[in-house]
Amino acid sequence: MSRFANAAGAVAWRMIHNFTTNPAFLLPSIIFPLFFFTAFAGGLSNVANVPGFDFPSGYTAFQFVFVLLQSAAFGGVFTGFSVASDFEKGFARRLMLAAPNRLAILAGYLLAGVARSVIVGILLFAVALAVGMQVDGNAVDLFGLIVLALLVNLTAALFAFGVAFRMRTIQAGPAMQMPVFLILFLAPVYVPLGLLSGWVHAVATVNPFTALIEGGRDLLSGQPFDAVFAYAIAVGLVVLFGIWAVRGMRKAEAAG
Amino acid sequence: MTSSLLAQIGEMARRSITQTLRQPALILPPILFPLCLLAVNVGGLDAATDLPGFPTDAYVNFAIAIPFLQGALFAAINAGSSLARDVETGFLKRLALTPMRRAALLLGNLAGVMTVAALSSLIYLGVGFAAGLHVEAGFAGVLVLIGLSFVIALGFAALGALVGLQSGSGEAVQGFFPLFFVALFLSSQALPRPLIEQEWFRTIATWNPVSYMLEGIRSVVITGWDGEALALGFGVALALCAFGIFGASRALRTRLVRT
Repeated sequence: MSRFANAAGAVAWRMIHNFTTNPAFLLPSIIFPLFFFTAFAGGLSNVANVPGFDFPSGYTAFQFVFVLLQSAAFGGVFTGFSVASDFEKGFARRLMLAAPNRLAILAGYLLAGVARSVIVGILLFAVALAVGMQVDGNAVDLFGLIVLALLVNLTAALFAFGVAFRMRTIQAGPAMQMPVFLILFLAPVYVPLGLLSGWVHAVATVNPFTALIEGGRDLLSGQPFDAVFAYAIAVGLVVLFGIWAVRGMRKAEAAG
Repeated sequence: MTSSLLAQIGEMARRSITQTLRQPALILPPILFPLCLLAVNVGGLDAATDLPGFPTDAYVNFAIAIPFLQGALFAAINAGSSLARDVETGFLKRLALTPMRRAALLLGNLAGVMTVAALSSLIYLGVGFAAGLHVEAGFAGVLVLIGLSFVIALGFAALGALVGLQSGSGEAVQGFFPLFFVALFLSSQALPRPLIEQEWFRTIATWNPVSYMLEGIRSVVITGWDGEALALGFGVALALCAFGIFGASRALRTRLVRT
């Protein structure tokens, strides 16, 4: 067990070190969520005056939850890019030869993705509170929101790792990014579900991310929250993409 | 323009168009990505038309301007990357040994991305009409819209060419994409300026030239014939063209020095 933890820790440390010391990796991860938050919460705040818009904590808080979950998801996807890059450069192959249990490599990559998401999340919280975001939920609600964001991070990371393990090239980037991007934006991003129209409403109704984002908004605003439903979906997605990633790892092992 | 210059432009344009059409990666993203965002925004923000003072009751009429600007951003990146590649591979150095003129090289090189921009414009309009777009200024308005979007795309492509030639690095051109993207988001792209509630955001959108290009396109769709909006739209786009072409031409002079 300690050898597993050592290997996972080493992989995670290397990735976190690369992420935090290379501005080319660090800055986009930080600037993009902050920019989306600014553009959406600043430019669209009048949307809160649309008849039927019933979110009590204001538009900044409404958009914050989306941007937080989006940054968590993209933290996972960007870690997937690094995994693909490791395979392309042959580094992952050497890692596989060295690791006693190759699942430790997967665990290390996951830890790095979580760390990346936590760094960006803390910054987002700080900026949102600094600009006066209204938080009506209590400490337990906020903890629940953070757990939800981490589950979204794990889901996106496991999905991206599965793609990276199978394709083993950085050219797989769009195949990791586009599905996550579409799922995120085919949810109630700008207005609550009830105010969406046309086919986007139909898609958002069955999109699992809708339950997570609406759950997150309920937590931040201290509204009644169907915890079992939202967390069951989040954990279900983690398990599903966990299987996808582990099977991908086996395929990468078989490919040599 | 002399016939030899035209022949040179023709040759460079043929190369540029062939290169572009052979690479789906240069054609599909400028068409599909803006359309995906248009679909998401129209479904997601249609409720915004219920805001008092919103100028139309169908969000597609308001949002149709955005794909043209996003397409222009792709034109900038593709034009810049293509010229940067020519610098990186030494193609420009070899051209410097021929009697090829700078104007021919620049205009010819932009032909590929402008072909994609023209094709994209027609597809955006087709999809818009399928989604219920109504152009208040009628058929002549559609022609003006296409004309304005073409000038905007040329302006951004020239700006991309300037970055590509100045830096000589495809990576540097890609690095500019977020900056262009920021300019688009900090404009009146999602709501009309008078309806932007946050004063600081409205101020940025008012100073941002992208707002006027969007509003020029929107004017023929929503208002009909609005001379001021069109003059501002064309004016800003032409100024961008002049800046980009002048800058790119100067950068090209340095790149074509015979060594």
